[in-house]
Amino acid sequence: MTAPVLEAKGLVKLFGRVVGLNDVDLTLYPGEVLAVIGDNGAGKSTLIKCLSGAMVPDEGSILVNGSAVHFKGPQDARDAGIETVYQTLAVAPALDIASNLFLAREIRRKGPLGSVLRMLDTSAMKQQATEHINRLGITTLQNIGQAVETLSGGQRQAVAVARAGAFGGKVVILDEPTAALGVRETGQVLKLVKDLRDQGLGIILISHNMPNVFEVADRIHIQRLGSCAGVITPRSHSMEDAVAVMTGAKTLTPTSGT
Amino acid sequence: MTAHVDSHAAPTSAEDFLNRRATLSQRIHTVLHRQPALSPAIVLVLAGAVFALLNSRFYQLGNLSLVAQQVAVVGSLAVGQTLVILTAGIDLSIGAVMVLSSLVMSKLAFDHGVPGVLALLIGAALAVAAQAVNGLLVTRIKLPPFIVTLGTLSIFTAATLIFAKGQTVALPPGAFLLWSSQTISLGSLHLTTGVLLMIALYAVIGFALRYTAWGRHLYAVGDDVEASRLAGISVNRVLLSAYMVAGLAIAVAAWILVGRVGGGDPNSGINANLESITAVVIGGTSLFGGRGVVLGSLIGACIVQVFDNGLALAGFDPNYQVLAVGVLVIAAVSVDQWIRSVKS
Repeated sequence: MTAPVLEAKGLVKLFGRVVGLNDVDLTLYPGEVLAVIGDNGAGKSTLIKCLSGAMVPDEGSILVNGSAVHFKGPQDARDAGIETVYQTLAVAPALDIASNLFLAREIRRKGPLGSVLRMLDTSAMKQQATEHINRLGITTLQNIGQAVETLSGGQRQAVAVARAGAFGGKVVILDEPTAALGVRETGQVLKLVKDLRDQGLGIILISHNMPNVFEVADRIHIQRLGSCAGVITPRSHSMEDAVAVMTGAKTLTPTSGT
Repeated sequence: MTAHVDSHAAPTSAEDFLNRRATLSQRIHTVLHRQPALSPAIVLVLAGAVFALLNSRFYQLGNLSLVAQQVAVVGSLAVGQTLVILTAGIDLSIGAVMVLSSLVMSKLAFDHGVPGVLALLIGAALAVAAQAVNGLLVTRIKLPPFIVTLGTLSIFTAATLIFAKGQTVALPPGAFLLWSSQTISLGSLHLTTGVLLMIALYAVIGFALRYTAWGRHLYAVGDDVEASRLAGISVNRVLLSAYMVAGLAIAVAAWILVGRVGGGDPNSGINANLESITAVVIGGTSLFGGRGVVLGSLIGACIVQVFDNGLALAGFDPNYQVLAVGVLVIAAVSVDQWIRSVKS
């Protein structure tokens, strides 16, 4: 078995007296989709924020490729190869697709034009953006110079996922990526998720949508009341089991999963 | 959109519907959407044509030179205003900072015998520092730009009046600070160095906005703050830099103002702030941020001045100029509202 790309051990996060995370472990292998499910307030978001650097856990350790990391902000996680896609379609509407893909990571021209005048290499960015889009097989995005606001919700989210896939060297975290999307658009985004997995990235998918989770996930991490209630697979358990564990109607034996 | 239409092929009828031929208004919409400076440019050309018909003196080079010289101060100030408005803010203090800066420049040079270059640099540094105060209040204390600059408008105006002690400063001819009013004649076209300074300012800021990552981040932050933050842009740094670079534009405007006034006058440039906002808005920059080009603001400033000049030459009561500018502002914002509504 390959070594995990991302590991969290004994994460604890307290909000005053409220326990956000209570000794949570999480393991993610390269080339797999790990879904994280749980009821509202179960600690999904807190867990994901700790992994993406948006929050610093009170206790516990995070390891990327086996070595401990201490994220102080999202940029630290990004530098470590962990990209996050948010539910809110985090793209700048008036900018074009290429500009959005390279937002905050622009490529500068070579030579004094880039170093002194700090000019951007627009053509290189367009070309690389086209390559990323083609590699992911997003056929619905034809014109890379098109403003993102002219795209549908699904296409916008595809841009966000493509950005994460292009720069996330190791892990892509998707926080409810399909919550704002219709059925057909959701299908497109899920296909992208599978493509990214097939390229060897580790994917963490947070979703409320059980059919989606069971369609793409290799393993499912269930959060309940701040703790991990168990890790199951779509083959070993049914959707009803997952919901039952999530709501506490059922408990799992600790050894299940992987 | 009935079911039997799309049952046979992959492109659904919804996509066919989207890909149908654009109507004329949709095509105009698309063009204006891509070129925010186009509609003000058309207005400027039309206004020029009408005023030339009303009075043939309008198009004489001597008159156009006058228009250019009158545009220089507000035109330069509008560069700074554009930067702030692009971040979805608004700057009500920009004119007060300019007057303060111009007064400090000329007072240092005249009353305290500071060399002109040094006085200019100190005045410029003051403008940047004043804008840094605005920027810090917006980014650190998270106050809305409107409120911050409403407050600093009073503060900087008061500072100017206290510092001036009710006096104006008249610089002697040949003083370095008056260099910005040097006339450069090309035949009967009489430009001032101030006009050239303004054009250089537009070139530099226009370049930075269009071709650098800083410019792109400025647009992104004005467009969608949250998306920019999530993409990894340090939003506060971009916002602060927008206010401080606006300070540089103010410094240029202050220098040109010194040249035009012939020194420092605490009562000069009273309307410059609102005029700069007018220029930016008429120039097609969206008050909602993230949309517009700096060239538009130059066109906007020219439109205001052309109306002023053209209506006077045509023999209208000057009050009609004020009325016309008001109509233009409302029209420009209406056009912006239409342009921003996106139909994909």
